[in-house]
Amino acid sequence: MTDTAPAIELKGISKAFGSVQANKDISIRVMPGTIHGIIGENGAGKSTLMSILYGFYKADRGEIFISGKKTEIPDSQAAIAAGIGMVFQHFKLVENFSVLENVILGVEEGMLLRPSLAKARKSLKSLAEEYELNVDPDALIKDLSVGHQQRVEILKALYRQAEILILDEPTGVLTPAEADHLFRILDNLRKEGKTIVLITHKLREVMEITDTVSVMRRGEMTATVKTADTDPEHLAEMMVGRKVLLRVDKKPATPGDVVLSVKELRVVDDSGVERVKGISFDIRKGEILGLAGVAGNGQSELMHLLGGIADGTGTITVNGAAIDLTGKQSDGQSRRARGIAHVPEDRQREGLIMDFAAWENLIFGYHRDPRWGAGPLMNNAAIITEAEAKMQRFDVRPPNPKQSAKNFSGGNQQKLVLAREIEQSPALFLVGQPTRGVDIGAIEFIHQEIIRLRDQGAAVLLVSVELEEILSMSDRIAVMFDGRIMGFRDPVATDEGELGLLMAGIDSQSADQSAGQAGATA
Amino acid sequence: MERMPVWADVVLIPLISLLLAAGLSALVILAIGESPVAAFQLMVDGALMRSAGWGYTLYYATNFMFTGLAVSVAFHARMFNIGGEGQAMLGGLGVALACLYIPWPHWSLAILGSAFGAALFGAAWALIPAWLQAKRGSHIVITTIMFNFIAAALLNYVLVNVLRPVGAMDPATAKFPEPTHLPTFRDMFSTAETILFRGAPANVSFFLALAACVLVWLLIWRTKLGYEIRAQGFSESGARYAGISPSRIIVISMLISGGLAGMMAVNSTQGEAERLILNMTEGAGFIGIAVALMGRNHPFGVFLAALLFGFLYQGGAELALWTNIPRELIVVIQALVILFTGALDNMVRMPLERIFLALRRKEA
Repeated sequence: MTDTAPAIELKGISKAFGSVQANKDISIRVMPGTIHGIIGENGAGKSTLMSILYGFYKADRGEIFISGKKTEIPDSQAAIAAGIGMVFQHFKLVENFSVLENVILGVEEGMLLRPSLAKARKSLKSLAEEYELNVDPDALIKDLSVGHQQRVEILKALYRQAEILILDEPTGVLTPAEADHLFRILDNLRKEGKTIVLITHKLREVMEITDTVSVMRRGEMTATVKTADTDPEHLAEMMVGRKVLLRVDKKPATPGDVVLSVKELRVVDDSGVERVKGISFDIRKGEILGLAGVAGNGQSELMHLLGGIADGTGTITVNGAAIDLTGKQSDGQSRRARGIAHVPEDRQREGLIMDFAAWENLIFGYHRDPRWGAGPLMNNAAIITEAEAKMQRFDVRPPNPKQSAKNFSGGNQQKLVLAREIEQSPALFLVGQPTRGVDIGAIEFIHQEIIRLRDQGAAVLLVSVELEEILSMSDRIAVMFDGRIMGFRDPVATDEGELGLLMAGIDSQSADQSAGQAGATA
Repeated sequence: MERMPVWADVVLIPLISLLLAAGLSALVILAIGESPVAAFQLMVDGALMRSAGWGYTLYYATNFMFTGLAVSVAFHARMFNIGGEGQAMLGGLGVALACLYIPWPHWSLAILGSAFGAALFGAAWALIPAWLQAKRGSHIVITTIMFNFIAAALLNYVLVNVLRPVGAMDPATAKFPEPTHLPTFRDMFSTAETILFRGAPANVSFFLALAACVLVWLLIWRTKLGYEIRAQGFSESGARYAGISPSRIIVISMLISGGLAGMMAVNSTQGEAERLILNMTEGAGFIGIAVALMGRNHPFGVFLAALLFGFLYQGGAELALWTNIPRELIVVIQALVILFTGALDNMVRMPLERIFLALRRKEA
């Protein structure tokens, strides 16, 4: 093995953006037929490094060797020619095209599409068999689940003869089952001798699938180790530069009066499908109710109804007062006036206006508050001053209130949303996927802030597809499946196995009746 | 982070686009056997070198400021209001009714009344497409452009059948009464010794347009409504989350937009023609789209772009007057400017961005 040239070798790569040193003298060797993890917090320089490898940026200094040959990669065409394929965090697919059309996009041969399509269809079929990469070649991208869309991205790279595959945060958008499937695919690719670079900040994934792992911090490569020789705690420490609590540290809850009480909630979506099918539950003061479930089982619609984004039927009371579910008084601003704060699941589409500056986002939804200006006017100076303070308190980096939201990293974007909502000291705190796409240092911080809010007496509804998060944060767990609550569990008395079954629609306490139903839906 | 400096984005790109348009126009003028240098001199001479020329340039610019602002406001809410032409026609009707049927004692009151009438009528004309978009999802581009035709037909009907004085031959209203006549720049700036802006139509409504620029800036960047309009423009799902009603923003932004387009009539109908005539918009509703595009939907940009198009209009008229360059060719030149500054923006932007990137790399 030692004689073979590394698939990728980077020597002394440096890259600066203005005064920010994004990559500092980075050297790395990735052997062929291995999976190499690159971990680091958001902004540590992982994506910059991979962008250099893929030809998006040009390194200021340093050399790239592919399979032992010095290679110049001025653009992505050159990267593809060198056998490098990249799967981005945000897919680059044409929504209205079929899978086949997307796969051949840019590598069509000749004037007519048909021969190219036929060729691609054949090669897709063999790829599917070889690697468990099954996708219907004629399905439109917009009809595919996120997991399947990702497979199309991988197929695209393989169709272009990629020997080296770079995946940027591939599991950020996947359900646990989809992530497991992805890892099986990656494992198959490794067995076929492909080289895979996995950029992630999820320690569990690194431990599960990689052979070697490099840790980046503040633009530097702090360590490269064999995965077998390390453990999550050690990796986390190298990433963040200090000891990190991987378990959430919290006192037992002291639930008080009922804050939120919902009965028989139903939501019908735009296409007429009932997505929430009669849900009832209570949340007390100082309590976190964790709502577990595979994405797409009605959690989003429930959150939208509670947050005043979607209409629905049923009754909602907050501190005993009924809340309108339709009509003028059912919008987000009316909800906020009733002490309901909402951190939406999709921060980029809902929680933030990506083109707004941080200071504008820090009052988003509360902008009518007289604190931010008399009458119709906005007091921008006062808002900016307050924004600076909030960004300081929530350690948003960089602490520049005039930077656009889109130029912050995922974790810092989430901190902006949390800073805005938590600072309202809400009676009821709705929070969806609080740590999706957020790095480990920020996860710890976000969890602590939510616990702190609970301890101050807020009722918290936590929706997450991360079972670990649900188990460690919640005081009570409800599992949602197909628009209904399958059951409530005590986090101390349950485990991932039981919750996983509930998430699949199987109630182990009454397994006999529901077994048939689960078989039909699995 | 890898971006051009702001000055390049705001100044350099439009400048290069303009030069390209000018270069191509020069070729066209050469092709018909005229001298582009002489033609350009004539344009500058006629539009900028004499106060009377400025009087025309600023008159046109006033129209374009109103219609440009109209397009900009709607665009901040991601509404593409193509209906400035029709809204301005209705604005003209509002001005005519205010001037003809209310006995104003003085122009200063009349301009307030007519501006209100113009805005009201223009806004009302924009309300229908806005409502259709908000409640029925009918695309605003289609409906507003259709409403231009309806407005033209309506104006025709009203002028021929309702407002035409008995016995008059042309489809126009009677002359507005004396007290509604707005002071022209000549009235305002001439002294006993020197007469300035002789015969030029620029009038006090230029300052109304300037005020509108400032007010639109305030609205968009300093009010809660402007904040909501921009939020809705950037992300409708975000707006919904924040409790901003998309249909409310659609309607309000279109009302403001229609009102601004309508107010153009204060300048052209009350200030210049002093009666309502058929072709009162002179195409300014459409030029407003180009003005807004070139001005990057910022009121100051709109102001500068309106001046530029005012210059092109007036300079073009001079060309038609003094050379053999036909009137149609002037439209070609104006179209080239619109094409390069508006539609082909990326053609200049992308190479320029690359140059700046390369420069930065060298520095580093």
